[in-house]
Amino acid sequence: MSDARREPWPDPSPEPQYATMAQQAEAASFGMWVFLATEVLFFGGMLLAYAWARGSFPAGFAEAGRHTKIFIGSVNTVVLLTSSFTMAWAVNAAEHGRRRPTAWLLAATALLALLFLALKGVEYHQEWTEHLVPGLNFREEGPNAHAVELFYFLYFMLTGIHGIHVTIGIGLIAVTMVRAWRGAFSERYYTPVEVTGLYWHFVDIVWIFLYPLIYLVGRSGP
Amino acid sequence: MTTATVTGKTDEPVVGTRNYLTEGGVTLRSWLLTRDHKRIAILYTLSITLFFFVGGAAATLIRLNLVTPPGIFTPDVYNRLFTLHGIVMVWFFLIPSIPNTMGNFLIPLMIGAKDLAFPRLNLLSWYLYMAAGLLALFAIVIGGVDTGWTFYTPFSSMYSNGYVVLALAAVFTAGFSSILTGLNFIVTTHRMRAPGMTWYRLPVFVWSNYATSIIMVLATPVLAITLALVAVERLLQVGIFDPALGGDPLLFQHLFWFYSHPAVYIMILPGFGVISEVVPCFARKPLFGYKFVVWSSITISVIGFFVWAHHMFVAGISLYAGLVFSLLSYVIAVPSAIKVFNWTATLHKGWISFDAPMLYALGFIGLFTIGGLTGLFLANLAFDVHVTDTYFVVAHFHYIMVGGMVSAYFAGLHYWWPKVTGRLYHEWWARIAALLIFFGFNLTFFPQFILGYLGMQRRYFSYAPEFQLWNIFSSAGASVLAVGYVLPFFYLGWSLFRGQRAGANPWAATGLEWQTSSPPPTHNFDRTPTVTRPPYQYRPEPEPQDV
Amino acid sequence: MGSMQILPATASSHAADMDWLFAALVGTSGFILLLVFGLMITFCVRYRANSKVERGNRLGRTWRLEAAWTAATFAAFLALYFWGADLYIRIHRPPPDATDVYVVGKQWMWKIEHAGGQREIDSLHVPVGRPVRLVLTSQDVIHDFAIPAFRIRQDAVPGRYETLWFTPTEVGEYPLYCAEFCGTYHARMGGSVVVMEPSDFQRWLDGQGAGPSLAQEGEALFRQYGCSGCHGAASTVHAPRLEGLFGRPVPLEGGGTVIADDRYIRDSILLPRSEIAAGYPPVMPSFAGQIGEDELLKLVAYIKSLADRTAGNTEAGPPAGGKQAGPPAGSAEKDAR
Ligand code: HEA
Ligand code: HEA
Ligand code: HEC
Ligand code: CUA
Ligand SMILES: [Cu+2]
Repeated sequence: MSDARREPWPDPSPEPQYATMAQQAEAASFGMWVFLATEVLFFGGMLLAYAWARGSFPAGFAEAGRHTKIFIGSVNTVVLLTSSFTMAWAVNAAEHGRRRPTAWLLAATALLALLFLALKGVEYHQEWTEHLVPGLNFREEGPNAHAVELFYFLYFMLTGIHGIHVTIGIGLIAVTMVRAWRGAFSERYYTPVEVTGLYWHFVDIVWIFLYPLIYLVGRSGP
Repeated sequence: MTTATVTGKTDEPVVGTRNYLTEGGVTLRSWLLTRDHKRIAILYTLSITLFFFVGGAAATLIRLNLVTPPGIFTPDVYNRLFTLHGIVMVWFFLIPSIPNTMGNFLIPLMIGAKDLAFPRLNLLSWYLYMAAGLLALFAIVIGGVDTGWTFYTPFSSMYSNGYVVLALAAVFTAGFSSILTGLNFIVTTHRMRAPGMTWYRLPVFVWSNYATSIIMVLATPVLAITLALVAVERLLQVGIFDPALGGDPLLFQHLFWFYSHPAVYIMILPGFGVISEVVPCFARKPLFGYKFVVWSSITISVIGFFVWAHHMFVAGISLYAGLVFSLLSYVIAVPSAIKVFNWTATLHKGWISFDAPMLYALGFIGLFTIGGLTGLFLANLAFDVHVTDTYFVVAHFHYIMVGGMVSAYFAGLHYWWPKVTGRLYHEWWARIAALLIFFGFNLTFFPQFILGYLGMQRRYFSYAPEFQLWNIFSSAGASVLAVGYVLPFFYLGWSLFRGQRAGANPWAATGLEWQTSSPPPTHNFDRTPTVTRPPYQYRPEPEPQDV
Repeated sequence: MGSMQILPATASSHAADMDWLFAALVGTSGFILLLVFGLMITFCVRYRANSKVERGNRLGRTWRLEAAWTAATFAAFLALYFWGADLYIRIHRPPPDATDVYVVGKQWMWKIEHAGGQREIDSLHVPVGRPVRLVLTSQDVIHDFAIPAFRIRQDAVPGRYETLWFTPTEVGEYPLYCAEFCGTYHARMGGSVVVMEPSDFQRWLDGQGAGPSLAQEGEALFRQYGCSGCHGAASTVHAPRLEGLFGRPVPLEGGGTVIADDRYIRDSILLPRSEIAAGYPPVMPSFAGQIGEDELLKLVAYIKSLADRTAGNTEAGPPAGGKQAGPPAGSAEKDAR
């Protein structure tokens, strides 16, 4: 706390609509929870479509699942899980008012997220060269071609929208990181870090659902 | 409702320079960058009025076309007209109508807060709404869309030759505006209540908007993702709803109605809220069965998620699905019935006066009941087989949405006008408009029930000659209705500049919003109020004589 | 200009039932409206602000009233629900002796084929007093086959078969509409249903030129597309015989059974992988995109016509599960590639 006095920003007072800082913090994290409820249904609609299609074409989905790049997918899972860990750590650091560690941990989280996106890009590139992109260059023969195409349609929708969420997350984390570095947070006020963390864990959890649905279909069993 | 007595402020000249209209500057910039919930409400009111007239103009042209059996427009023009009418009226007028105008203005005032929890989000929500609206208008101007407001696949994704993707993008964006508003209301209701404002002291208007917000937050994302899937499918010409690949067009309908049935409650619950404020005020009696009214709203917003397939009784769902969804549709009508009976009971032994807001409110109850009862006709499995996709359905939903919700919107507009503007409007003109709207409305839409049973299908640019008589009645009614809707424009406009100054509380109403001056100061209350009583403590004597 | 008509023609066995249901709904709602409006108007007049009427002794005990009207409403709702549900079930259970007629919707016309191979466009001829079952599908977007005089309708969905049945009761000509928005000329997509005396109907059928029946055309297609190469008696491929298949339960690979109805046969041709008959290798290729809706209907009609023939060959028999053990899963994987 010694450097609290050197902070370029003064100890924050609540925005005008709030009576106290506590009220503001409660509102912010409650708001994020409500937003995540929205997000659950946003992905829920797509997952429902996935469930329907997989139920209708089990064989085609199994076949398509075997074309997915499980190595990249698995590495990416580890990357995201690690980033969730660094995020949780960052929140913990912020809670104890440790300015620099908070910023560093946020930076690590953002870098891991970038790594995730880069790997995803490699994966997309491979799928493009293998002619697996529906509507643009899909080329697949065989009795299940249609079902494979449906799988890849959903795959690109799901991972694409997840990717957009990751990108937004990187932006949020970057802003929070700069603020943390400049000492905007203290033991008494670290709500933005907490809220960003909530969001980030959600993005991570979505991936935990996507991973088996995408990479493990058709790979279980003999 | 509060420690202070609310009456007797009527003749105090409270309008000073310290109100939200003048405080903080009157430049365009100060309005476009405002974070004040009241100013944002005004922005919404202006833009929603614009869209109401756009949608209304399309309705006028639709009715004009239907005066004669062959019609006057080409089929493509007609198809674009009703699509435009449906999209604009639903997403750019009715869904945001009461929540984003009155809800925005009043929720903080009613719960004794300085603003909504997230003022910047609130402004963002308006910008999203405007962006969406302009996108929709742009799509219309460059050629229009002909899918109907329901965007059924595979027509919308593979066959339509309109600007479907633009329209989808517009509705998608409007959806996010709606989500942000819902989120803001939920958090505000939970976290920003004044001391002593317990849940059961909340006015029903706040409860209704709370129930609405739940639906906005939980249903709208499903619409968003569904429309996104359709858009991508249309761009790539492959996808999950396309039967050519083994995709399922009914999946689209399930997802669409999973949003759009709850959305009809987004379009009516706020209306229930307005009526629950207006009726007690003009009957000078507490609302009958407050807790029942409150919980019926919450029940509606929850069960509303489980009845969607009643729009699909002839679409090819299984027999059992039909049986279940029909039963649930009947179940969800029970809470609506509870409300109607409670409003009626509120009138019992009151001191009823018939000012314009009350006229609109009574009109609401009557027309909503008719619309709701015909909803039960449609929820009836066998009966729906005969009338689905006919004018019977068109009549059903206009009774609720226009007869009900638009009346509620006008009730609220007149009731809170003095609070919002600090001026009174001309009472007699307002009453005349209310009556015109009531009669014009019935003349327009009652014949459509008969047309529907006779077998006139909806979305027809031309029809068999035997249907003409009823269509002429309907179009005649629409002209009366149009006059009724244009009138308020004039007398309310006049009131803005010439209207008599209203006191803080011209209706001698309870409720925190009437405690502060009209128009309220930017931060709503000089001192945060403390609440000690439940709402609607109207005195059992004629008012407002006593001081 | 039309007259003040308020009821459409009544020309099918469902129509009168539907009108009774309508009467019941109108009656109940009328009663509710009288009650609610009556009370509202009475209160408004009696308790207007300047009336001096006695207002003491207001209603207390709200919850009793609330419980009473909630229960009453619910009871009334249930009665209406069961009435409608019962009729709906009847509308969806065609009698076994119904004649099949095949209907394909396309922008913006109805193509209709009778079992005898007679074809018509935008009109449907049916005999009075005999149950008719329509098998509906669509070649492009969703349409809806609506006959108000019969009080029935059903969507025609691409990629699916939906059915609809009725027994016409009055000779005459009744309007037929498309009731699901399907594009520019949606409003013009319709025609008429002509109900005739059975003898007239027979004459009409004969006058249509006795081409090959649907099933016969289907048989030709069956050979043309090479189906008989696998499903024929002489085939060496291990594929189920289709004689006696229609209407029977078929055990599926991986558990479960389905009834072999129109939909099942159609899916077997277009999406053979979705439901595989137990005990057979999934080697049948998909014919999606190669066979049009009209031809599919003919193939289905042909396979249906085999329903009451038994397989001459004992090797496969009716597909009530394979007699031989299925091939190991590994080979199925290989075949799928
Ligand atoms: C604000 C909008 C709104 C509201 C609130 C409702 C409310 C209801 N709607 Fe409606 N509906 C629409 C808007 C709305 N609807 C729209 C837009 C469509 C068409 C969409 C399209 O295809 O374009 C539609 C279509 C629609 C259909 C599908 C028709 C079809 O396409 O075939 C059905 C079927 O069940 C239905 C049912 C109901 C029911 C049961 C209610 C109930 O919630 C009503 C409950 C209210 C009451 C019942 C009245 C009060 C009750 C009493 C006074 C009790 C006493 C009564 C008795 C004891 C009998 N509606
Ligand atoms: C939510 C709200 C809402 C509202 C308020 C209205 C209001 C009206 N509607 Fe709308 N309607 C829908 C929602 C709504 N409608 C929906 C969702 C559909 C289904 C669309 C679809 O099938 O996809 C529909 C469909 C629909 C049809 C069926 C079209 C068809 O199936 O072929 C008709 C036909 O009469 C109709 C009529 C009217 C009329 C006369 C009004 C009147 O109440 C309007 C009165 C208002 C005014 C008249 C405004 C006053 C403005 C002026 C007078 C300016 C005039 C200017 C010029 C003419 C240049 N509507
Ligand atoms: C390459 C061989 C082959 C060809 C060609 C073929 N089938 Fe099949 N068919 C099979 C096999 C094997 C099965 C059983 C496995 C399954 O259900 O997919 C089958 C199953 C079916 C079934 C389901 C029967 C049941 O018992 O479940 C129908 C119906 C059918 N085929 C119709 C057709 C028609 C019509 C055609 C031509 C348009 C056709 N088949 C062409 C091999 C073939
Ligand atoms: Cu075909 Cu409408
Ligand atoms: Cu509904």
